[in-house]
Amino acid sequence: MQRRKVTIDGNEAAAYVAHKVSEVIAIYPITPSSPMGEWSDQWSAEGRPNIWGTVPTVIEMQSEAGAAAALHGAIQAGALAATFTSAQGLLLKIPTMYKVAGELTPTVFHIAARTVATHALSIFCDHSDIMAVRQTGFAILASNSVQEVMDQALIATAASLESRIPFVHFFDGFRTTHEVNKIEELTDDDLRAMIDDELVRRHRERAMTPDRPVLRGTSQNPDHFFQAREAANPYYLACPTIVQNAMDKFAALTGRQYHLFDYVGAPDAERVIVLMGSSAETAHETVDYLVERGERVGLVKVRLFRPFSVEHFIKALPPTVKAIAVLDRTKEPGAVGEPLYLDVVTALHEGYDGRPLPRVIGGRYGLSSKEFTPAMVKAVFDELAKPNPKNHFTVGINDDVTHTSLEWDPEFSTEDPSTVRCLFYGLGADGTVGANKNSIKIIGEETDNYAQGYFVYDSKKAGAVTVSHLRFGPKPIRSTYLISKANFIACHQFVFLERFDVLKAAVPGAVFLLNSPYPADQVWDHIPRNIQEQIIRKRLKFYVIDGYEVAKKTGMGQRINTIMQTCFFAISGVLPREEAIQKIKDAIRYTYGRRGEAVVQKNFAAVDAALDHLHEVHYPEQITGPEPPPTVSPKAPEFVQKIVAPIIRGEGDSIPVSAMPPDGTFPTGTAAWEKRNIALEVPVWDENLCIQCGKCVIVCPHATIRSKVYDKSALVDPPPTFKAVPARWKEFKDMLYTLQVAVEDCTGCALCVAACPVKDKTNVKRRAINMEPQIPLREQERANWDYFLKLPNVDRDLLKPSVIKDTQLFQPLFEFSGACAGCGETPYVKLVTQLFGDRAIIGNATGCSSIYGGNLPTTPYTVDEEGRGPTWNNSLFEDCAEFSLGFRLAIDQHNRHARDLLARLAPQIGEELVKALLEADQSTEAGIRAQRERVKLLKERLAGIDSPEARRLMLVADYLVKKSVWAFGGDGWAYDIGYGGLDHVLSTGRNINILVLDTEVYSNTGGQMSKATPRGAVAKFAAGGKPTGKKDLAMMALQYGNVYVGRVAMGYNDAHTVKTFLEAEAHDGPSIIIAYCHCIAHGYDMVYGLDQQKAAVQSGHFPLFRYDPALLAQGKNPFQLDSKAPSIPLEKYAYNETRFTMLARSDPEAARRLLEAAQRDAQLRFKLYEHMASMPLNGSPKAELAKEEKHA
Amino acid sequence: MPDLTTTYVGLKLRSPLVASSSPLCQNIGNILQMEDAGIAAVVLHSLFEEQILIESQALDRHLSAAEESYAESLSYFPDLRRYNIGPDEYVEHIRRAKQAVDIPVIGSLNGVSTGGWIRYARLIEEAGADALELNIYHLPTDPSIDGATVEQQYVELVRHIKASVRIPVAVKLGPYFSSIPNMAAKLDEAGADALVLFNRFYQPDFDLESLEVVPNLVLSNSSELLARLHWVGILYGRIRADMAITGGVHTAQDVLKCMMAGAKVAMMTSALLRQGIDYAARLEEDLIRWMEEHEYESIRQMQGSMSLERVADPAAFQRANYMRVLSSYELRPRPGVQ
Repeated sequence: MQRRKVTIDGNEAAAYVAHKVSEVIAIYPITPSSPMGEWSDQWSAEGRPNIWGTVPTVIEMQSEAGAAAALHGAIQAGALAATFTSAQGLLLKIPTMYKVAGELTPTVFHIAARTVATHALSIFCDHSDIMAVRQTGFAILASNSVQEVMDQALIATAASLESRIPFVHFFDGFRTTHEVNKIEELTDDDLRAMIDDELVRRHRERAMTPDRPVLRGTSQNPDHFFQAREAANPYYLACPTIVQNAMDKFAALTGRQYHLFDYVGAPDAERVIVLMGSSAETAHETVDYLVERGERVGLVKVRLFRPFSVEHFIKALPPTVKAIAVLDRTKEPGAVGEPLYLDVVTALHEGYDGRPLPRVIGGRYGLSSKEFTPAMVKAVFDELAKPNPKNHFTVGINDDVTHTSLEWDPEFSTEDPSTVRCLFYGLGADGTVGANKNSIKIIGEETDNYAQGYFVYDSKKAGAVTVSHLRFGPKPIRSTYLISKANFIACHQFVFLERFDVLKAAVPGAVFLLNSPYPADQVWDHIPRNIQEQIIRKRLKFYVIDGYEVAKKTGMGQRINTIMQTCFFAISGVLPREEAIQKIKDAIRYTYGRRGEAVVQKNFAAVDAALDHLHEVHYPEQITGPEPPPTVSPKAPEFVQKIVAPIIRGEGDSIPVSAMPPDGTFPTGTAAWEKRNIALEVPVWDENLCIQCGKCVIVCPHATIRSKVYDKSALVDPPPTFKAVPARWKEFKDMLYTLQVAVEDCTGCALCVAACPVKDKTNVKRRAINMEPQIPLREQERANWDYFLKLPNVDRDLLKPSVIKDTQLFQPLFEFSGACAGCGETPYVKLVTQLFGDRAIIGNATGCSSIYGGNLPTTPYTVDEEGRGPTWNNSLFEDCAEFSLGFRLAIDQHNRHARDLLARLAPQIGEELVKALLEADQSTEAGIRAQRERVKLLKERLAGIDSPEARRLMLVADYLVKKSVWAFGGDGWAYDIGYGGLDHVLSTGRNINILVLDTEVYSNTGGQMSKATPRGAVAKFAAGGKPTGKKDLAMMALQYGNVYVGRVAMGYNDAHTVKTFLEAEAHDGPSIIIAYCHCIAHGYDMVYGLDQQKAAVQSGHFPLFRYDPALLAQGKNPFQLDSKAPSIPLEKYAYNETRFTMLARSDPEAARRLLEAAQRDAQLRFKLYEHMASMPLNGSPKAELAKEEKHA
Repeated sequence: MPDLTTTYVGLKLRSPLVASSSPLCQNIGNILQMEDAGIAAVVLHSLFEEQILIESQALDRHLSAAEESYAESLSYFPDLRRYNIGPDEYVEHIRRAKQAVDIPVIGSLNGVSTGGWIRYARLIEEAGADALELNIYHLPTDPSIDGATVEQQYVELVRHIKASVRIPVAVKLGPYFSSIPNMAAKLDEAGADALVLFNRFYQPDFDLESLEVVPNLVLSNSSELLARLHWVGILYGRIRADMAITGGVHTAQDVLKCMMAGAKVAMMTSALLRQGIDYAARLEEDLIRWMEEHEYESIRQMQGSMSLERVADPAAFQRANYMRVLSSYELRPRPGVQ
């Protein structure tokens, strides 16, 4: 069979082999490994068989630990199995890995190497996860490129079967997993040639089966465990040879020869670097370059890291080596050195055979995908040449604290002049990345060129910037680093020119293509000065096109991708113009054809129209443009200027170690300083129509529309366009009301407009707020917003927390997050901060809420005018409930300690104050306020008391004020991975509030199904529609009897939502609120999010109730049904959402069947709730209570 | 037993009762029931090109909405290989209907672009439909487009489609033309095999509480029949194309009136929705009974008998209805004058 060339990424390459040689695949999603599981699921859904002709079973478990366990069971029962994971996911598998290795059972774990979370989480790459499992007994094989991933996935499988040792096959997260490259695809024959069926037979024979029963997992004692453990030694001793044999067999098949340790470089090298992973490719490129220029340098690529064969390692070194630098892509604080370094030192010590040992130094690089460039490789070689090279160095950063870092020359480059290097700056979801992926396919598959694509994404989910790095050329591309010298730069959003240095990487004479709303003869004067300067100095060839105009004309909306792609091909000339256009159209048909002919045709029209609108700009030699606006206001605090601003500008790499907090602690309230200006349209208030109901304020996901009521006297010298009208509150007669929009922070989602209940009686299209273009309003509203913020907030004690319009006068302490425009979760989060923010401590599970809640550079939680506000921490994914419980344990402990000390110090402090402090009623805002005043007074008094006890009380005095403890997380956490902990926390009876933001799917990692996904919805791992119903988490929580349980949906009843939050907080015990959240993963215009929430409740899909244990004590039924019986068919809710309609479109029979079943689910569930709501209580607790009171 | 048979666009039908285009026909079970109840042919629900366009664009928009923008979620949906965006489902439905029943199955098409009309018309023919009904539902809202232009578009469309398919093509019209006979003649000339009078437009209603325009569907009643009788009666004998009446046919009397005006078939939906599909059987019995009592031999005998051409007092069809002359005899032709 002829092998074909394909253009794919590392994840697809690994999954391709794994799927073909597996029978069972058990997974759990985690970035950046999730796509491997998704590919497997898709192929199985399509019926693609493995090499034995059966279709692998793919199953998503509740966590990585569950996936490991399921895999363990499968291989014990004789199946061939694989799994995919990264980082914490791999750590969760550790106990199972020990078992699997101990039982000598073959399997391969394909790992997208990712940073283990320490002071912060990172989705990016390093080897800390791999290193955390090096002691488990698994073999570890490293692949450095997309081709190697495909090749070694097979080699690992073959070697595992023969050696019986389970394998970790790893490759760098994002750098390899998401890099698109042209490679040779292995055929089924290749796979069959490598996988010995005899070995498969032996694996099956070792299986647990009642037909030949065995016992494993025994419990052993000191007299024999040790011996039994050592009995496995021969297998580990044989493994390296087995792996090399497999590599040799592979070489005979394909011509690609791998070794356990591969040396490249001068045969007489004196300086050698040792490393593994994708950076080996960069080092390889650098070594080739330096050797060509006569340097005696070399590189050892480590492939088989475990078992580490000393013999093979020593053999790989050139005999002339004098100095070795071992580079580790991990950090092991407290160790003498990092793991690979220690292995090399030990190996040399043991195996160097009497010769004088070379000098060995170790260094760290590339943590969390920090760039590792040829310049840095050179810096290491230069260091090795010094008489006293630095040991335990770092390279790639500026360590001005412990001075470990090496310096490097940023101008040093090994880029091949025959390679074309292109950068494309796009806006998330404008199609730029997709178009570039197609371009790589076109270039890679239709020409003899090699092609590489790597994509950098943003940490924001709305208005996100994407940067595509494309290389193509006649030689294979090893450059596993970002492009810093580009011959072609395309900027697909004009505003980017103001925000960061788009042309920094442009080489002299490069091409610059700009998507510009201004025509070629007018654009120059609008370009910021610093960009103009570079265009002139670097003599760039400058083209513009009004991409949005072409898109509008051809019905493409905001998607300018195929338009810009056509221009790229025309300008770059990599293919003849006509041929390029034909290829682009073929790609369009392939990619979009299944979405309908209309979509294909409008894309074709866009392609055809593009070139007519492309114009070269003949620019003058004068700099005439405006200064770019400052990244943040000059009034911003130092931390924001020093750290946040550079990161926003894309200059985060320049931040020195000294600027960063050593323990991961960051200030809150920094999001307010980043003015993103991403909304094309923003809401404008019609103050005369407005009824001041507050509904727009409560639904805003980003807290960019707010209301205040204030005294007339506060309105001094307002900006000319500032609006204020009499407040429509009985209690606030003679006061003013303002509804103000932060137009520079608004995302333009228009949910506020959708929520507005008021229509203009003369023109029903108009409401009390209406969307209008942002740019003309920017200046005036900036002034208005600043003025609005300075106006006083009305006294919280005067507001009734149960009334919506009152609650929306509370200042939100969660603002301007990086959530999607129109997010359904953030309004609930914001509400918690409005109601309890100044006393809230929040533990947040990993997921969307931890990303928009804490993804640097900006932090959206903020403080009130007294400096109080939510404190927040994301620990892990699975531990959020327990983590937050820990807060409560500490807080209660401090509180008890304080009360204790108060009692003892009462004579000195004053009996009256102590009594008031101890007996304070903090069930209202006023009560809390009063207690704060008392604590202030207490501290004043304590300051005058000189004793250790007084000093101790000073430290815990604040804990006399009530604190509100929260656990936030999504359904992935609450229903699946965190359920065990959540359940336990509920059982403790402690006072903690749990907010489950239920989007019914794993939103953050791209739409994998959870147990919250409804029947019939399509999600990843449920491509045929989820066959089972949605788990009823509320009912499971309810059965404890002392847990407050609430199900809310803001779009159905916002007042009910607020009431539920208040009751949950008031309940002195565990409370759980399950909030229905619309989400972009549901597949419809999110401006209809509230309508869908309403429909979800009205159709019976998500009925609302509250279970309040407090009612039990009053002799009432604690179960209160809060929504009416289903009044619309389920279809009227479901078929507004693509996650349901796509099944109706692809498998109408299944869709019909599942819809009917789901309809029945809804009816039955409502009946159950109705039944519970109408149940009479047994006995008469009221009477019992009365008796008790008599006795007391 | 009177002979109920009739022919329509070259199809031999056992009776003039036809189920008009409605969502009832989305269900094969219903179509089977219609055949059992004696209905002679069914016109399927319409294939809307616009619906296909909207669905296709919505699917593309929502699948793309957040693609390739945030590293952890480069897509939110699995890639299903196949979506029935497009006429596939409809075409499949025709095939299944043809397999299920013996009576003719007529496809109904509502297009937007000429290309779309022709493409789907061919697909419907390939699927095995016995005839095609064009549901030209153009709602003019642009004051700059004159009536002649609109009419010309209709004529061109019919001409294009007739050139593209071999099965008979019926054209369903609304009543809003300055000269219905002129429009009918033009369509006849363009090759229409039948005209179906009249389309019922769904007029939206205003919800005063929510201040929204809401879709509204009111089922027809017999009073709507009169306009159709009027025009069919005028057109009978003046055009080659067959005529069908749809809208307002509820009773056997209504069917008889349709026949006498000159229609070849009478199409019903509202009656079936209100009274169930089996009602057709009862209606047929009523029809037979009436014909027996009034000694008619066949439906064909009565077709067109009361058309403008044939009726003794054509003034009822004409303006005369609006005028009042002292002696009503003044308006009537003298008996015996040919």
